[in-house]
Amino acid sequence: MKPRHLWIDLFQQMLLIRRVEEKIRELYTQDRIKGMLHLCIGQEAVAVGAMSALRENDYLVSTHRGHGHFIAKGADLGKMMAELFGRRTGYCKGKGGSMHIADIDLYHLGANGIVGEGLPIAAGAALAIKNILHTDQVVMCFFGDGALNIGAFHEALNLAGLWKLPVVFICENNSYAISMHVNRACAVEDIAKRAESYDMPGVTADGMDVLEVNEQVDLAVKRAREGQGPSLVVCQTYRFLGHGRNPDCSTYRTKEEEQQWKQRCPIEVFRDRLIQKNILTQNDVETIEADIVRSIDEAVDFAEASPYPAAEDLEVDIYA
Amino acid sequence: MREITYRDALKEAMQEEMRRDPSVFTMGEDIAVYGGVYSVTKGLLEEFGDERVLDTPISEAVIAGAGTGAAAVGTRPVIEIMYVDFMTFCMDQIVNQAAKMRYMFGGKIKVPLVVRTQGGAGTYCAAQHSESLEAWFTHVPGLKVVMPATPYDAKGLLKSSIRDDNPVIFIEHNLLYNQKGPVPEEEYLVPLGLADIKREGEDITIITYSSMVSVSLAAAEELATAGIRAEVIDLRTLYPLDIETILQSVRKTGRVVICEPDCKTGGVGGEIVSQITEYAFDYLDAPPIRVAGRDTPIPYSPALESIAVPDKNELTKAVYRLFGRKVES
Repeated sequence: MKPRHLWIDLFQQMLLIRRVEEKIRELYTQDRIKGMLHLCIGQEAVAVGAMSALRENDYLVSTHRGHGHFIAKGADLGKMMAELFGRRTGYCKGKGGSMHIADIDLYHLGANGIVGEGLPIAAGAALAIKNILHTDQVVMCFFGDGALNIGAFHEALNLAGLWKLPVVFICENNSYAISMHVNRACAVEDIAKRAESYDMPGVTADGMDVLEVNEQVDLAVKRAREGQGPSLVVCQTYRFLGHGRNPDCSTYRTKEEEQQWKQRCPIEVFRDRLIQKNILTQNDVETIEADIVRSIDEAVDFAEASPYPAAEDLEVDIYA
Repeated sequence: MREITYRDALKEAMQEEMRRDPSVFTMGEDIAVYGGVYSVTKGLLEEFGDERVLDTPISEAVIAGAGTGAAAVGTRPVIEIMYVDFMTFCMDQIVNQAAKMRYMFGGKIKVPLVVRTQGGAGTYCAAQHSESLEAWFTHVPGLKVVMPATPYDAKGLLKSSIRDDNPVIFIEHNLLYNQKGPVPEEEYLVPLGLADIKREGEDITIITYSSMVSVSLAAAEELATAGIRAEVIDLRTLYPLDIETILQSVRKTGRVVICEPDCKTGGVGGEIVSQITEYAFDYLDAPPIRVAGRDTPIPYSPALESIAVPDKNELTKAVYRLFGRKVES
């Protein structure tokens, strides 16, 4: 488990992700950000708990719901926001957007618009590390419960288990693939059991508890780094908002269920715990909030002041 | 010059590039212990070891995806997909991931992946092991598509493909593996994106590739006896297309026929004809035509398979018609 003085960092990062996501939502509602939008509000403890087990040069393979992963990997908020605004100063020069944001300099191999298709890529990066590059890097691969039944999941886990690749598979199980409940989609109820077929450890963590996520993922990362192969960590979490642009979840889940999960908000619960343990004061929280708001405002200002790509950029960077 | 087979030429390309660059590795089904179902990779395991020559399970999606991921972190994987027909399993990784990664990520990443595969009709393997699917891949920005016809080109193009920083779909032809041809002992490369004039002529341009090159050359030989001097252009790379070489030839001859093994509708030839009419219409003395595979799955029966793709007779007849000569139908 992380030493106590690092707990504040974890809190700060989760709060930053939450506030960024809220700002993005606001900007989207105002039509200042376009396209598809998948927010991770409610799932911050998974991103922060898992990513904080990594070293700087470990690889991240993310998903369509990936803002939190990238922020926890150390994204520059201005360049991230500029990407969402479709500006030339964005991480992908405005060509990727929310669903394809990436930065190889930060060892981020990309969000991915295709469910489950990051898993083979993660296996391949891990194979290159193990067989060719001979470094002790680890690949962390996120995916939602919606990816559990795509062929690529099984092919990638099998290959990683077979070849003992240094990759950690993290299932962010928020129970719903758009509207489809995981229990209506998977033949097994206990997702972690899937790991047995691929000869790797499978554990379930409370995805609303950043310390528990960190503890489980840390073990998996250590295993991978020491050459013992991959792991599957299933983090039980909840997306507080709708899947994408449509906020209405009433056809597939109840208000009561939503309320129960919201009471377990990973940020509020952790904040109260830190205050209770005298690690943090209410004043500290307010200072952290103010800093976050300022940094987000600066990022939005930077993004909106940035130029759009020029017409001549359209056919650039298709080939190396 | 010594003569070696198309198969051995490919193997030499693999060996030379793996010796030259330790970041090159290869994986696929039955390629290591067994040496590949077409024996192209035989001996690589013994020379380079099991870290760089890997037998994979039958899992085409993860073969392609792992190749993509490995390429994205700075290595040069050469993956083998046993039949081009099995590329259907890899389509997300090839089309949505490998091809688009560089563009989506703002040009900050390279994906030097080679997908070696083979296909084509002529071995009585019927519809699921005989297709010519090259046109699919020419339609995807971000991919290069290479189809060598001779041992010389096979070696030089594979070496260039491995050194290329983009995903390359390298489609071999199963009827060519045993064909022999001159290949120098010393090292050489054949650049991607450059067509080769395999025979010069003044009267008509035959544009072709892969297994249809030998068909076209045989047809040109026969046409010469009838006083028609055909120029035969082997595209070698289907994308990027060497349109300059094509246009130069068409401006000279004024007549053009595409000889292609794939289905005619939506095939490789349609695009070439379109570009010719767009850029060299005034030079044409006759409508450009396609002698192409029929719009059918490849059938099993030898009686049907042999007429599903073009042969020398079909091509020469089409040329005679273009010159207004009488042909028995």
